[in-house]
Parts: sequence; structure tokens; C-alpha cells
Amino acid sequence: MSAAAVTGWVPALRKPSALPGFGITLGFALTYLSLIVLIPLAVLVARAGELGLEGVWQVATQPRVLAALKVSFLTAAAASVINALFGAVVAWVLVRYEFPGRRLLDAAVDLPFALPTAVAGIALAALYATNGWIGAPFAPWGIKIAFTPLGILIALIFVGLPFVVRTVQPVLQDFDREVEEASATLGATRLQTVLRVVLPGLTPAILTGVALAFARAVGEYGSVIFIAGNIPFESEIAPLLIVTRLEEFDYAGAAALAAVMLAISFLTLLAINALQAFSRRRFGDA
Amino acid sequence: MTGRRTFLAAGGATIASIRTILPARAQAPQDVVLTNVSYDPTRELYRAIDDAFSKRWQESTGQKVTIRASHGGSGKQARSVIDGLQADVVTLALAADIDAIAREAKRLPADWQSRLPNNSAPYTSTIVFLVRKGNPKGIKDWPDLARQGVGVVTPNPKTSGGARWNYLAAWAFELDRTKGDQAAARKFVEAIYRNVSVLDSGARGATTTFAQRAVGDVLIAWENEAFLVQQEFGADKFDIVVPPFSILAEPPVALVDAVVDKRGTRKVAQAYLDFLYSPMGQKIIAQNFYRPFKPDAADPADLARFPKIRLTTIDQAFGGWTKAQAEHFADGAAFDQIYKPGRPVTR
Repeated sequence: MSAAAVTGWVPALRKPSALPGFGITLGFALTYLSLIVLIPLAVLVARAGELGLEGVWQVATQPRVLAALKVSFLTAAAASVINALFGAVVAWVLVRYEFPGRRLLDAAVDLPFALPTAVAGIALAALYATNGWIGAPFAPWGIKIAFTPLGILIALIFVGLPFVVRTVQPVLQDFDREVEEASATLGATRLQTVLRVVLPGLTPAILTGVALAFARAVGEYGSVIFIAGNIPFESEIAPLLIVTRLEEFDYAGAAALAAVMLAISFLTLLAINALQAFSRRRFGDA
Repeated sequence: MTGRRTFLAAGGATIASIRTILPARAQAPQDVVLTNVSYDPTRELYRAIDDAFSKRWQESTGQKVTIRASHGGSGKQARSVIDGLQADVVTLALAADIDAIAREAKRLPADWQSRLPNNSAPYTSTIVFLVRKGNPKGIKDWPDLARQGVGVVTPNPKTSGGARWNYLAAWAFELDRTKGDQAAARKFVEAIYRNVSVLDSGARGATTTFAQRAVGDVLIAWENEAFLVQQEFGADKFDIVVPPFSILAEPPVALVDAVVDKRGTRKVAQAYLDFLYSPMGQKIIAQNFYRPFKPDAADPADLARFPKIRLTTIDQAFGGWTKAQAEHFADGAAFDQIYKPGRPVTR
């Protein structure tokens, strides 16, 4: 589609803008998104479509698939909630306090981004196994971390942390300290200041971080596979089932499973976005 | 890049064929690169084979050959080749995986297995147990793996060729014991998998889980892998337990016709596979803990390490790979049926 065609019909739909170049940039954005995101997804859906809607439903409702989807989405949700909490705290510490080593710590937050996921998975499995540094103290209590769903959770927290920290940090930086000080001078307790002044402003950023961390966690394969144990109905994640399908040369089945995951992820992200819009309206834009 | 390499390889092959006609004439043949797509525990074996072969090839033809090796779960490797990985030769864990390449991608003829001696298996192996030093759980034979309270480590048969041998060995044992009772065999194998707490995707992964992560009491492993672990971690950590009965594993090798013809590497690739059957190749095979097809060429000291086991074959016990594959590892087949929602966890 050419830029001229876009400008032809779009002006009627948009608010007047002083910025030139709307048509060409929109045209570019659409083309680019189609090439990078939409076309590959369309191929996936088409591949799944070979089975028909009924076939996809059949794949998605097998007990083993349901169990794997449950493991994947529950651990991803739990991990992103935990990351919301502790990621916000990490961001707070990095923004609000000056201390030696702050920059180093700040850089370390990005490590889960940079590390190949398989490396992360192997390192985590070694640490949390019953003979590992962290796993060993838990072993006498009968708590196993690696090779259980708990291990999956740990891996997902690891890969998701930077998302929350990196989305909350800039918002916190732009926060007016005066607002908090005003709240204090008006007689609010510290807890009140945090809960009613700081947190509402941070909520949209935290939600964005959670959405990103969640999306990443649901699809995570490399790091989880080494620490999960991979037992069906227990610690088998949905992406592993997709890979298993591929091993059986069942490309349509794999695509069907992937499409189902995609649909659930998309709905979840939509819900998070709605929540975000709601909190923006409720508490004002941060 | 690929185009250029293909060209070089084609040149190399032509020159190599001229050389066989005019062996005395000194020429400067072009370098050639071979890609060997193999399975998980053959890393050490092929490192030794590749060194010896490229030396010999250079001596006899003057051509420098570099072998690139790719290792991973056998099923995954087969899929890579089907999806377009340019493998000149495949050396996988089981015939079913090479069958899949022939069937799905038509990269080699369906009768590939009859092209080389011994069903295209230059070496064989079997399935044994690796236990922790002193064998604290007293594991001696297959029924010990089904006992309550024994932690078993084996990879996922859906993704690992070795794991399929493990599974079938257990099944064949119970069949043999009960004189062919399939239902009993199914129950027996189920009991073993109930003792499995980690299903890795490949044999190496399972070895790591058992040896380094201290999971489980017994690793069901390739014989060569068990020896390697002992070598790697020291004989003071692990013992090898050889059950009286096991399965004869024949990991086959094959030329990928579509690739060697396109790249013009047929001659050197064929020589590479033939080398595996040569006395020197057989010797290296025995050194690396695989059972050689022709033991005469191997060092007797190496052979002495292989205990005598009563072995069944895939054809005897299961009527061939195609049948075993469909009945046990297809979607919803016997292996999938082991795992049901809410099954009792006994470990």
C-alpha cells in the first residue's frame, strides 16, 4: 500500500496535527508491522487452520495440553506478580538512593536480558538442585526447587525482572519529590504517602512491566527446560509440548497449540491493557 | 558463502576422482568440508574418528577435509535435516530417525539401511545402568528400577533416541520374563516411569541431571555414556551395573544423497562412512566404548571392558522400528498413556 493511498483516506479519520509526515510514517509502520509481526502470525494461524476449528479445539482440550497450559500460564502469572512487587522495590532503590555500587547494580538488572536463556537455565538448575548452593539448605526440609514447578517459577522470575524495573524506573525518575513532601506536610503517614500518592502514579508503569514480563514468561522455553523436570501433568510447560509435536513431525498440531497459546496471551494482554487504561483514568496520567 | 563452498567441494570431489586415475600426479586439491549430523553421546567418538579420517584422507588424496559435527537429541537432529540442515552424512541413534528423513524430506532413498554392512550400523551399543558409588539401593536388574523409592533418571523418549532404547529395553525385559505378556510389560514400564522425576530432552541432559545435579539413584544410559561418565567424574563416584538382559542398540549411519550430490561431496562422504568400518575405524570405536561391528580389529583390552549380556533386538521383540515407533511413541500411543492426570506419585 502506498503512502499516498493512506493519506487519501486517513485525514478524515484523524485529528488535525501540526506535525507533517503522518501518511508516510503510518504507511511505513503498517508495512513494517505486517512484515515483522502480522505475516508470521498469519502463517502460524494458517498452519493451525489445516486442522480446522474443530481440530484445534481437540488439540487444545486434551487433558495433557490443558495441564501444560495451566502450568505455563499460572507460573507466568505468579512470576509476573512477584516481579511487580520486587521489581518496583528494586526500581525505587535504584532511583531514590545514592549508594556506592548503584551503577553496577543498575547494570546487573539487565543481565537476564543479555544472558542466553539456556545458560541461565543451566546456572539456575545447578544452583537450585538439591546439591546446589541454594537448593541444598532446603533439601533437608523436603523442599525441592529445581525440577518442580517451583523451579519454573524461579526461572520465569529471573527472565522477567528487568521488564518491571526498566518500565518503572523512568516514571519514578520523573516523579516530583515535592508531591511526596507536600503529602507529608499535610499530615499523611509514610505508609499513606506510599499507598495513596506514590503507588497510584506508578501503577500504569508497573502494569506495563507486568504485561511484558508475563508475555515473555509464557513463551519462555530455553531457561525453563533445564530446571523444570518436564514431567507431564506436573512440570511440563506448553512450549515443550509444541516442541514435542514438532519432533513427531506434527507441524499442524504444533501450530494449533501455538495458536491457542497466542490467543490466551493476547486476551490476557488485552485485559492488562484495559486495567492500565482504567488506572490511568482513575489516578490520572503519571 | 554456501555457493562458494559448494563450488569448492565440487572441485575437490572432481580432483579426488581424477587422482584415483592418476595417483602419482601431484596436484593441489581444494579443501572440503563435510557436515556430520549426529546424536548426543557421540561427541567424543566422532572427535577421534574425524581426526583420524582427515589425516588418512589427506595422506591418500592430498585433500584437506574438515568435518563439522552437530550433536543433539536424535529426533531433533533428524528434524533439522528435514527442515534443511545440509548434512552430508547422518549418524543417528536409531533407524527410525533416518527413516523419517527419507520419508518426510526424500533426502535419501527408503532402502538406505541396506547400503552399508550390518544394517548400516558400524558400531552397536546397549543399555546399562549407572548407579552411585557402592550401589546404595542395590540395583542389579530391571525389576529394581520399578521398586518403590528408587529414583530413576532417563530422558524423554519423544525427543531422545537413547531414551527410546531405554524404554524398549525395559519393555522387552518384561516381555521376555513373562513370555510375551504385553499387558504386564506395559504395567512394568509404567512403574519405572512413575519413579522418574526429571525427563530431559536428550541423553546428555539426563546424564548431567544424574551426575551433576544429584537427582535419582540410577541413570538408564547408553553403555558408552556410562563409561564416559565414569571416565569424566572418576570411578570413585559411580558404578556401572550391567543387567543380565538388555537390548542391542544399532545406531545407524547414512549418506544423505540429496546433499552430497548437490555439494559434490559424495566421494569423500562415502569414504568417511567406509572409514568407520575399516580396521582403524573399528579400533577407535572400541576405544570410545562402542561395541565394534568387527571386533577382530579392535584392541582386546578395549573389548574386555564389554561384559557379556543376553541381548534382544528391535526386530525380535518389537517387529522393527516402524512398528515400535507407531505402537509406543506416536501421539497418544503407549508412552503417552503412561501419563494420566492425577496419577499417584510414589517417588
